[in-house]
This record gives sequence, structure tokens and C-alpha cells, in this order.
Amino acid sequence: MSGENFTKLGAAEIASSVRAGDVSPSEMVRASFERAREIGAGPDALNIYLHTDEQASTEEAAVLKERLGNASDTGILAGVPVAIKDNIASLGLPTTCGSKILAGYVSPFEATAISRLRANGALIVGKTNMDEFAMGSSTENSAFGPTRNPHDVRCVPGGSSGGSAAAVAAGITPLALGSETGGSVRQPAAFCGVVGVKPTYGRVSRYGLVAFASSLDQIGVLGRTVDDAALGLETIAGFDKMDSTSSDEPVPIYRLSALGVPAPDARNPSTEAIRVGRTPVPLPPPPGATTLEGVVIGKPKEYFPESLDASIRDLCERSLDRMRSMGATVRDISLPRSPLAIPVYYILAPAEASSNLARFDGVRYGLRVDPGKGLKAMYAATRSQGFGPEVTRRVLLGTYVLSAGYYDAYYKKAQAVRTLITDDFRSVFASGVNAIFTPTTPTTAFPVGAISDPYEMYLNDIFTVTANLAGVPAMSIPIGRVRRLPVGGQIITAHFDEYTMFRVAYALEAALGPEAHQ
Amino acid sequence: MAVTREDVLHIADLARLGVDGARADELTKELSAILAHMEVLSQVDTATVSASAGVGTEGTPLRPDTGVPPLLESALESFAPAMRDGFFIVPRLATHEDSAESGA
Repeated sequence: MSGENFTKLGAAEIASSVRAGDVSPSEMVRASFERAREIGAGPDALNIYLHTDEQASTEEAAVLKERLGNASDTGILAGVPVAIKDNIASLGLPTTCGSKILAGYVSPFEATAISRLRANGALIVGKTNMDEFAMGSSTENSAFGPTRNPHDVRCVPGGSSGGSAAAVAAGITPLALGSETGGSVRQPAAFCGVVGVKPTYGRVSRYGLVAFASSLDQIGVLGRTVDDAALGLETIAGFDKMDSTSSDEPVPIYRLSALGVPAPDARNPSTEAIRVGRTPVPLPPPPGATTLEGVVIGKPKEYFPESLDASIRDLCERSLDRMRSMGATVRDISLPRSPLAIPVYYILAPAEASSNLARFDGVRYGLRVDPGKGLKAMYAATRSQGFGPEVTRRVLLGTYVLSAGYYDAYYKKAQAVRTLITDDFRSVFASGVNAIFTPTTPTTAFPVGAISDPYEMYLNDIFTVTANLAGVPAMSIPIGRVRRLPVGGQIITAHFDEYTMFRVAYALEAALGPEAHQ
Repeated sequence: MAVTREDVLHIADLARLGVDGARADELTKELSAILAHMEVLSQVDTATVSASAGVGTEGTPLRPDTGVPPLLESALESFAPAMRDGFFIVPRLATHEDSAESGA
């Protein structure tokens, strides 16, 4: 298979061809690695991957081929190459979180999300570059150098899941896993012109995701198309006893939403459209949605400020027009506390990070720097040399807002305002709005090195961070280009209503067609 | 609230981070600038609002209070910086450090 053909295949199409025996899993692995070499995924060019092992991936493909001989074992992602963000624990390949403090560390256990991918026939082809410990919005904070945007190598791919977004955008894999704490899947998806999904908090197990801010962290999916992302999320979603915050809410077949039908009754186990547990039910490729009749789309004024780039605003309006033409009603709404989200996030996330990252102290795993002056000196030397500037800054910020005298003024206050932000979303959805539409980011991808002020970088998350604070699902899909760089549109729905989110996304993607990348 | 250099050195000590003098000055400015943006929260009336520690809708479920052995695919020795007889080996404890530092 030629590299060019490979880059056009969706996950469902690959899995279907592999199951039918038209193409072998090892051919898919080979095509992915050939594409990575062709596009320059290595550290001297795009710097997408931190770790790959082509031989191990090829061997995994051989094992899958044997599995496929058993007709009862047809994984819905059979033979699909998948890239994994390097903060998700994997067997066989290192898990470094883009940090020197974990350089060379190979996890002794695997994340549930990866186990479910493998169980469904996916082939792991590499671990992707990221901002150190997922702290950043450009992938420039990686200890192993920045990733470059495949659409313009002078620009960042976004972050922190920049390597995963770039892998999908470059056609190396149709699907990748990333993680979100404040927008780290959706923002790079927007910058790279791919689809990025942050599920409801609790929808996907966090077991094996290296903790940054535990009340916000979620594993997410990046795909070339809405269908790739839907298939990916379907595979990894669902209850996991290894994560006490994972939900037992039944997982619908998201691909059915492409038919334009309302969400089936997720609480009725007899509903055919529901897959309880992880038994895969292969479906034919969705024919494309034709209607959004009865769907109410909310357009929040706080996400369309006067200062918004006029070209991005125009693309959002075009998307809203397309949705109207498919039968949706667009309603002006308000999420009045959204402007407070960045201050709230940058108190809560560093506070949780300062606690979570205390485990990196040179005792049990990772880097140890011992100046020979006792235990406390070893801690300080290890952490100072192991953490980069942004991680150090956030750990100190988090320690400060949790310290005596400041806890109530900062941390407790931010927790209360988080409640208000969540209430805003609940009120809007209770008023009859089915989905909210906004720009994903206020700008397109910016040049590497262009932003040096930490708070200016934090503002990249201004439209995404509210969904993390409220715990609702959200996704970004390509809606056009400005000055040749991709622009993302964001769809947000109520807790555990990813089905409606995908329904709107399938419809908008179909309505925009090639315009989504123009 | 502006952060002072002493604050930075204090929280660096709490966070077990070594911060030298020049970096402490930089961090003092950076943290003060970031925290200045947080002041807007003080204007929000939250007197009757409960704090959200998370977004779980059903609370944290409990499991039987029984120990479960970790399911590890590789031995601790494969990733631990230093081990002996099944224990992680660390440098001397703080009490000894303090004695050494004071010249005792």
C-alpha cells in the first residue's frame, strides 16, 4: 500500500479491510512507519514521536493476524495503527511524560485505555511528544524539544497533546490518544486540523494516565475524521474498577449518531443501539447525517467577544449557518461565569499538580540526583534537575495557593467559582439547549517561540477550560482555514451526552465537506 | 497579593525544589504577575456557594477494604533507582543531615 493511500484511510475502513483479509495488520504497521519516515516524524524534523519500536509493533501485528483467524474475535479497530501520548502508561515502550525526570522509565503496567485498544485489535506504533507533564499549550515545554505543526513547520502544533495531533494531521495514524486537563486535546486538534474529543469526566478510565490534576484529567481521542474519533472513544469508554472516578453509565454506539437519530435510551439494556460492556459490535460505515431537525444549538456570547479574530468568527458563523440549513435552531445564550475560568483553572490545576507530582522524588522510579548530603538534598536536587521551568512554576504556584494563609483566598475560592461555572452549563442544558457551539481557540497556531509570557500562554485555553471545570464532554472539529492554518469549532454537550455531540459533529462535518479544510 | 522572595524560597522548600538566588528573583516576578490575574475571583460573591472538589455525579464508590497485590509486569528493580532485599534505598534521613549541616 502506498503512503498516500494509507493517509486517506479512516480507522473503520482499515479495520474492515483487515478483518476481510484484504490487507494484513503488518502492512498497516509498515505503512504507518513509512509515512512517519516520509513526513519526517523524527527529532530532527517534526519531532512527533518520543519512542517507537517498529519491530515490536510488527510482532504485535503478527499476533493480531493469528487472532483474526478466530471468527469470534473481530476487533473493531483491527489493524488500526494508533499513537499514544507519552503520559499514558504502556507496556514495552517508555512513558516519560516529556520529562527528564522520567527519561527511560518503562511502566510495569498498562493503562486501561491502551489495554482496550489492544483488545480491539489496535496496533500501538509509538508514544508521542507532549508538554512536560501535560503542562503547556504548544508542546514547546517538552524536555525533548518542540513538535512542529505539519501544516506549517514554523508553527507549534498546540498542546499539550501536540505530538498526537501532529501524528494524525501528518497521516501517520488515523487515531491517537491524548489527554486533557484544560483543553490539551481540543486545542492541538484545532491547530492541526483534526478532530479532538474530551469525554465527560468519568467516561474513560484514568487508570494508567499519569496524574496532573486528578479532578480534571481525562484521556481523549484524536482522529482524522469524526468517525475515527467516535470509533476510538467507543473502544476506550466505559466503567473500569481500577479507576474509582470512572462511571458505569452505559456507552452508546456513537457511530449510530451519524444516522441523525436522537440518542437511544442509554438506561434501557434492551435497546439495540446500546453496547454494555466491551463486546464489540461492528457497524457499516455511517452514511452521513442528513438532518439536525429538533436540535437546539446554543451560541454563548462570552465565546464570541469583540476581540475575536474576524476570520475565525466568520468561519464559526458559516458553521452555524450550515447547522441551521440542516434543521437546527441556533439560540443566543450566556455562560456568564466563563470569563472566570482561566483564573479558577490556574489555581486548581497547579494545586492538584503540586500534590500529584510530589511522587517524583528519586526514591522509587525515574531520575535520582544524589549530591551526597542526605535525603532532603536528594529530593531537591532530583526535582530541580528533573523538572523543567513550567512544571517548577506550576508546582510552586500550587504549593503557594495551598499554603497556610492563602488556602481560603485562592484554592477554596476557586473551588466555589468552579461550582458557579458548572451551574452555568447545567442551566443552559436544562433550558432546552442540546449542544453549545464556539470557536475552539481564539487564534490559529502561532510561531514557535512567539509566546514567552506564561499567562499569555494560559489564555490559549480560554474557550476550552470551562468544559474541564464543569466535567462536560466537548470536541473540536475542523471548520476551515485562516491564512492557510486550520481553525477548529467546538461542540459541547451535557454530562454523558457524547452521543448528541457526535451527532452534531457528524452533521457539521458532512455539511462543510471540503470547506472544513479550506 | 504580591509574592515575596522569601515566599518563593519558603514554598520551594515545602515543595522540595532547589531554587537558586537568580531563579528565585525571576519566580517572584512570575508568580506575582500570575496571581495578579487571580484577584478577579475575590470580587465574586460565593458566600452561599459550595466548593467543588470534583465533578463526579455519584460520589466516589467504595470497594471492599482488602489489599490487592499490584499487577506488575516487571520487577521493581527494573525501574527503581536503588533497591536492596526488596526495599527502596534512600540517602540518610533529615536528622542526620541537620547534624551534619550544623557541624555537629
